[in-house]
This record gives sequence, C-alpha cells and structure tokens, in this order.
Amino acid sequence: MKYLGLVLSGLTRKKLRTTLTFLSLVAAFTLLGLLQAVNSLFSGATDFLGVNRLITQASTSFTQPLPMRMMPQIESVPGVRAVSHSQFFGGQYGDGRSFFPQFAVNPQRLRETYPEWVMPEDAWRQFISTRDGAIAGRLLAEQNGWQVGDIIPLNSFIWTRADGSRLWEWRLVGIFDGANDEWQKRTSLMYLHFGQFDEGRPPIARGLAGVFVVQVENPRESERIASAIDAKFANSSDETRTQSEQEFQLGFLRQLGDIGLIVNLITGAVFFSILFLTGVAMSQAVRERIPELAVLKCLGFRDRQVMGLVLAESFVLCLLGALAGMGLATLVMQGLPPEFPISADGFVWAVAGASVLLLTLLVGLPPALTAQRLKIVDALAGRAGDSALELAFRRAIEWPLAAWRWALGRPPRDAEA
Amino acid sequence: MSTWTQVREITLMNLRSVPERLGPSLVIVVGIAGVVGVLVALLSMSAGLQQTLGSGGRTDQAVVTRGGSNGELSSFLAIGSMTLVKQDPAIARGEDGVPLASGEIIVITEVPRPGQRTGANVTLRGLPPVGLRLREEFRVTAGRMFRPGVQELIVGEGAARQFAGLEVGRTLRFRGSTWTVVGHFAGGGIYDSELWSDVGTVQGAWRRPSVSSVLAQLRTPAELPTMTARLKADPQLDVEAATQLDFYQGQSGNLTATIGVLAGIVALIMAFGAAFGALNTMYSAVSARTREIGTLRALGFGAAPVVASVMAEALLLSFAGGALGALLAYLAFNGYAVSTLGGGFTQIAFEFAVTPALVGLGLGLAVLIGFIGGLAPALRAARIPVTSALRD
Repeated sequence: MKYLGLVLSGLTRKKLRTTLTFLSLVAAFTLLGLLQAVNSLFSGATDFLGVNRLITQASTSFTQPLPMRMMPQIESVPGVRAVSHSQFFGGQYGDGRSFFPQFAVNPQRLRETYPEWVMPEDAWRQFISTRDGAIAGRLLAEQNGWQVGDIIPLNSFIWTRADGSRLWEWRLVGIFDGANDEWQKRTSLMYLHFGQFDEGRPPIARGLAGVFVVQVENPRESERIASAIDAKFANSSDETRTQSEQEFQLGFLRQLGDIGLIVNLITGAVFFSILFLTGVAMSQAVRERIPELAVLKCLGFRDRQVMGLVLAESFVLCLLGALAGMGLATLVMQGLPPEFPISADGFVWAVAGASVLLLTLLVGLPPALTAQRLKIVDALAGRAGDSALELAFRRAIEWPLAAWRWALGRPPRDAEA
Repeated sequence: MSTWTQVREITLMNLRSVPERLGPSLVIVVGIAGVVGVLVALLSMSAGLQQTLGSGGRTDQAVVTRGGSNGELSSFLAIGSMTLVKQDPAIARGEDGVPLASGEIIVITEVPRPGQRTGANVTLRGLPPVGLRLREEFRVTAGRMFRPGVQELIVGEGAARQFAGLEVGRTLRFRGSTWTVVGHFAGGGIYDSELWSDVGTVQGAWRRPSVSSVLAQLRTPAELPTMTARLKADPQLDVEAATQLDFYQGQSGNLTATIGVLAGIVALIMAFGAAFGALNTMYSAVSARTREIGTLRALGFGAAPVVASVMAEALLLSFAGGALGALLAYLAFNGYAVSTLGGGFTQIAFEFAVTPALVGLGLGLAVLIGFIGGLAPALRAARIPVTSALRD
C-alpha cells in the first residue's frame, strides 16, 4: 500500500498516454463483457433445470406432435411419477412484435410435473376448471399490464380453429411465480388450457398432445426410463426420442449453430489486438523511465521491488480499464430490448478477472523484467533498454527489414548485420 | 525547395526510419489488422448468408401459403385449395396445358451434427416432378434421382457438408421406416440445405393429406398483384402469395439484421479501441522524434510538410494493417461453411464470403482510423516551437 503513490505517479507521468491506453482497454473489456455474456447464455443457461424431468418428443422432430394415446403407455413405465403434455401454440399478441411462448397443457398435470411454478391454490383450481383459461408468468403479465380476468386474444400462426379463423381468446385466471430467483427470471411464458385448444381445432388435428414431459421418481434411473419409453414406440409411425430436459433445451440453442465458436474467435482477436497495443505502450513507458528506475535503485530499492512497481502499474491500469469496460457493458446490456436476455453473470466476471490477470502478466512482465535486470551504471548512461524478448523479436524479423530497406533503395548497413 | 519536394523528402525519410521504430509501428499494423480482420470476418458471415438467401429466389415465380402463416412450416393447404390455386389464370402452363405449379410439403427432420447427440432441424421437402422443372439451377451432383413411391431422398450439397450420415447410400430413420439417400443435388440458395423426396411419399409417411405451399411459374411477374387479389377474394381460399425472392428473404430478414447489428456493434467498439491505440503510438512516435523534427524545422522545412509526413506514415501503416487484417480474414474464413437456424426454424447451411466490397470497407475503416489517429499528433508535431524541440 505504501507504494501506491509511487505507482500512481508512474501512471500520471504521461497523462495522455495513460488515458489513451486506458480508453483502449475500456473498449476491449466492454466487448469482452458483451461477448462473454452471449457465450454464457449459450453454454450454461440450463444448469438450473430439474434433473428429474425427461422430454419425450417425436424422433423425426419435436415439431411433429405425438398423439395423446401414448400417454397411458408412458405412464405405465415403472419409475415414472407423473406425465404431462405440452403443445407449442405459436400465438402472436397485438402487433406481434413482442413474442413470447405459449404452451397448451393439461393444468392438473402441469402442476404435478412443474412444482417450480408457484400460484395460489384457488388460481390453480380456476385454471383447472376453466376450459378457456390461461395463466401467465409474473414477468410477462407485468410487461403487458395484464390483470386476472382479462381476455387475451392470440393469433396463432400454426393452429387454425375448425371454422378457419386463427384468433383464439383466452381468459387469464392466474399469474404464476417461480419457486426461486432462477425460475422467477423465466416467468415470461404463458400456459393455455388444453380443453379449448383441442375442441377448437379441426377434427383432423384433435387428439395431438405435442411433446410429453415425464417426471421420474429417481433421477439416477433416467437413462433406463428414457430407453424403456423409446423402446415402447420403436418401429411405430410415432417413434420417440426421450432425453433429459437439459439436453432438450440445449438442443434448441445448438440449433443456432456455431455461434459460440464465432464469439470465442472474436474475443480472442480482440484480446490479442489489445494485448499488443497496451503491451507496447507499457514497455515504451518503462523504456522512457529507465534513468528514473536507476535512481530508484540507487536510493536502495531492490530489483524485485522495482519489478513489482512496474507490474503493479500495469495491473492497476488493466484493472481500472476492466472495471470501466465491464460497467459499460452492463449498462449496454440493461439497455438492450428484452429479446436479448444477456446479463453479466458470475461466469462473465470470472472471465474478465482472469483476463485482467493474464493481460497484466503478458503486458507487464517483459518491461518489469527489463526493470529488474537494469544495471544502474548502464541505465544512468542511457545504454540499456531492450529486454531479451525484444532482442529476440528483432532478430526474428531482420529479413523483412532488409527487404524493406531494399524497396526504399538503401543498402543494408554493415553495422547492423 | 518547393513544398511538394519537401513533403516527398520528409515522407521518404520518415518511411525509411520506420524499421528503427519497429515496435511502435508494428503496434499500429497489428492493432488495425485485428479490427479489420474481425470486421471483415463478421460481415463476410452476413454477406455469405445473404448470397445464399438471394441466389435461389426469383421474381417470376410465386410462393402461395396459407394466410397468416409465418413460413412454409406452419402453412397447410388442403389438396382442394391447392388445386384451386393452381388453376389461377396468372400461372403459366406447360406444352401439355398443365399449370406449371408445384404443390410441396415441408416437414422438419432431425439430422445429427458431427460429434453431437442432439440433432439439427433440417427441412425435408416433398415435391412433384414439376417442382424440379421450376428450379432451373437444380441438378443431381452425385448418385441418382429419387423414385416416386419408394422411400428415397436426395440431399442438398450444403446439408451433406454440414451434417453427419448423409452420404449417398446411407439410410435415415423417419416415422418408423427406413429412407435411403440415393443422391446429392445442387439446388441454389436455401435449397442446398434441404432434403428432397417425392411429395406423395412424404405425405404418406407423415399422414398429412395436404401441402405446405404452392410454387408457381407466373406468366409475367407483373401479374402477381392481380393474382394475389383474385386468390384473396375467393371465399374458398385463405392464402397469401409473394414472389419467391421476397418470400425467402422475408423468412430470414431477422437473422441477417441481427447479424448485421452484431457486426456493427463489435466493429464500432473495436474501432474505438484501435483508434486510441493508434493515437497512442503516433504520439509516442512523434515525441520520440521531437528533436529530429526540430532540426528539420530549423533547416527551413515548413510546418505543412511535417504534418504531411506524419500523416503519410500513419496512413501507410494503417493501410498495411487493414490489408493484413483483410488477408487474414480471407485466408481464415472465406468459404468457411457453417449453418444456423433460419427463418423456417430449420437449418440454413452457408459459407462465409469475403467479397471485394468487404475488403474495400475494411481498408476504408483502416485508413479512417489511421487518419484520426495521425491527425492530432501530426498537428502537435508541427506546432512545437523549434527552440524547445531542439532543447528536448
């Protein structure tokens, strides 16, 4: 701590350079924060999902609805506690710009398989007994200003009614919350009563359940139960594929393809560019101050202390840049429309923290080593400067230099050879 | 010496001394190469996507879907409706007098990605022989054509590249029966990401006595509005019509817009970072040469040549960086095949395309950053009083 003043005066020695380096660090960390938030959305977003739920879908595609008659067969598999079914409704509300998912379900069965959704007892009863009833998540209801008792018109782009119209009206009978913060964040969906949905459809579509949600007694038996269910329907025209809810959700995200890879490539490129910019700025700063560092050594500072000072300087700069950049990234993310649900969670901050340390070492260590090895006599005479790394670097690129000189019409000097 | 001679001399002297200031100069080159590389790579992704979406679409063919559906996937037309649509007078007829219109069915199938357990959604399109005639780019590139009535299919080249197990001769399991891949085809645009089979076979296997869309050859593109009006007015029908080009571009407009916005934000932030870096480096370059510049001024060189020389150096270095970045992006990404979720909730396979326009844009950005980064230090270099510069 007692050296803090010295570090700060080192940073404020050339205010312009420090400011510019700081600003490019801020830009880099803003980008890092944003991209890693996207990345974390793709990698770990489903960790919280229950391990005791399986999803049974048609093996060709989950968009292919499975018939309701399969439900008793699934229920009869030993180890299955409860089964519910869910059909994606694809409704548009209002001008269709704010999209949210709706699923047609059996309310009683939904309640059994998703204990994570919390709602007062009489709201559940209302939902179960209202054929055209619907319940909405807290976030969704707040976003649209819905109250219990409202009629919500949804225009389905998938399901037509028997009379050919696509407009379905649903009576909001309850607003549900999540059992914990993780689930509360996801209360932006809506459940519709299967009763009106099935009766309203044309006869050819009736009796289609969608996908089945299977709750198992013991998560360790999931594998066995999944293969038992799939075996029941093998070689039928409705072959199934049963997987854990996590796998199912990840499958959705993986459909987006190689986005995670692209994000990481960009982050790498950003990091590399900034590393270069700040690295050279730092070693420049040290080279200019070599006589001053020599004076410090004359005053009795040890080699290691001088090295620590230089390292601390680059650490403070990186840290400040990272804090400002991550702050900016957080601000940007809060300003994003709700279709982009990215936020800087622990993972993102951890990546940023690791980046600060890595950057400090990569950027600060070469000049710090130069400072440590400095011989007082040479330094005061202005003879030292290049670290071993820089010398090696120079040698490696001597041949393009020769080409450069030749192109500009000047023969190589003997002294340099 | 005239001003121009002065500019030339100082600029050349500057450039010759670049190797002496190798570190700082490389920073500019590498920093800007990073920005331009990322920008070009990102934009080449959206350029490749747009090429794929735009190339298969035509304006003299119309796609008719169910009203209110947001794509072929959610569109269902009963056989009766399909027949009515096909009889519209705006639709061209072949030599045999039969309308050149193809009622096609779309279903989603899951095909594994290499090395993953979860599948990717791939479109399986069932189409009649006239559908193949309507797609002029269509040709079988390997194997043979599917036969109607047998569970055979052909695979678009993009899909064959991106997903596992679609080689000629392999079999796929759909709906309790085995389908054989008998060929690969090139179909242009998004069709390259699809599987094709006979319409009747698909309808039978999925037990869907309906089609998803009708693709129709118009007699002239100008007749589309009257045809749309006629179909809308028909009380037996509930359909929408659009040109093939508009239909497929509308399907993926969101996707291209999202990628465009992403590329823009990333490039903007990176450009800021790099501009500060370039400023930094140019300032140090100028301050390291204060005495040199002072000497030049004392010898009688004007302020303008000094500014011009510093600017020339900044521009040249950033141009070199831009070229390097564009080259890296080209080498690493041009033709890089990826797939992502398209508008119809199925995969679109496409390749990154580093086009000349993108390279030009990247170089332009590089020069702009170089200009901004070089201007302030150049002006400062010119404004230092000779006496204090020499004393430094």
